[in-house]
Amino acid sequence: MVPINYYIILSAILFTIGALGVLIRRNALIIFMSVELMLNAANLAIVAFGSILKSFSGQIFVFFVISVAAAEVAVGLALIVEIFKSKRSIDVDQMSSLKG
Amino acid sequence: MTLELIFFLILSLIAIATALGMLLSRNAIYSALFLVLNFITIAVFYLLLGAPFIAMAQVTVYAGAIMVLFLFVIMLLGAESISGEFNWRKIIFPGSLALILAVESAYLLVARARPAGEVVPPDAAVNTITNLRDLGEALFNQYLLPFEVTSILLLVAMVGAIVLIRKERRVYQ
Repeated sequence: MVPINYYIILSAILFTIGALGVLIRRNALIIFMSVELMLNAANLAIVAFGSILKSFSGQIFVFFVISVAAAEVAVGLALIVEIFKSKRSIDVDQMSSLKG
Repeated sequence: MTLELIFFLILSLIAIATALGMLLSRNAIYSALFLVLNFITIAVFYLLLGAPFIAMAQVTVYAGAIMVLFLFVIMLLGAESISGEFNWRKIIFPGSLALILAVESAYLLVARARPAGEVVPPDAAVNTITNLRDLGEALFNQYLLPFEVTSILLLVAMVGAIVLIRKERRVYQ
């Protein structure tokens, strides 16, 4: 029997590592991967809560989150490829063309 | 300390180590492979929580499809080591922000969680096949409309990705 708090703390740690990745890395692909990690941490918390409430709704919600993440990755990677084609770089610090 | 708890602790160590490896490795390919390992670890957590369908969806969709797409784009752009450099002095401010986030979220989630909550393991009495059938029935009765909307969302994402990538052909008259 694993207490649910352990799952929640693990989920918080993984989410924080993802947020830290968004903050400190400058490679757009790594930032995107960190966002995926944060999504996964939230999914883990949802499944843990659903398991403690003995309800399927949590699992079904996570299923929808996974499919939305798949759609998001397709569009996001297309955007990154397009940015790379025009700027020859995916460093997010260099995407400052709109800066006055 | 039960066997399941030991299993959980080892797995969570692997999950945190692979997440940190994803964050800190200089080569984007290594980051993606660490992330694949992390997703598979989370799939095992889903199995521990008694959600086999979500675990398999995690392995096929996340660790399979999504990460293959990531690896494909990394290799397409030749972006293995683009701007992999970061100096450790820059990490102090985001690091402190992240520490505050970790403490606050863990405190709030644990304080709001049910006090005597223990996750029920998938014991032998609960038949997994029945479990899966109930899940499917709930998905196709109660949640049928969101399911259909998801299919439209996937279609729109596919069209959007193709439109974004497509080479623009100017028509000269």
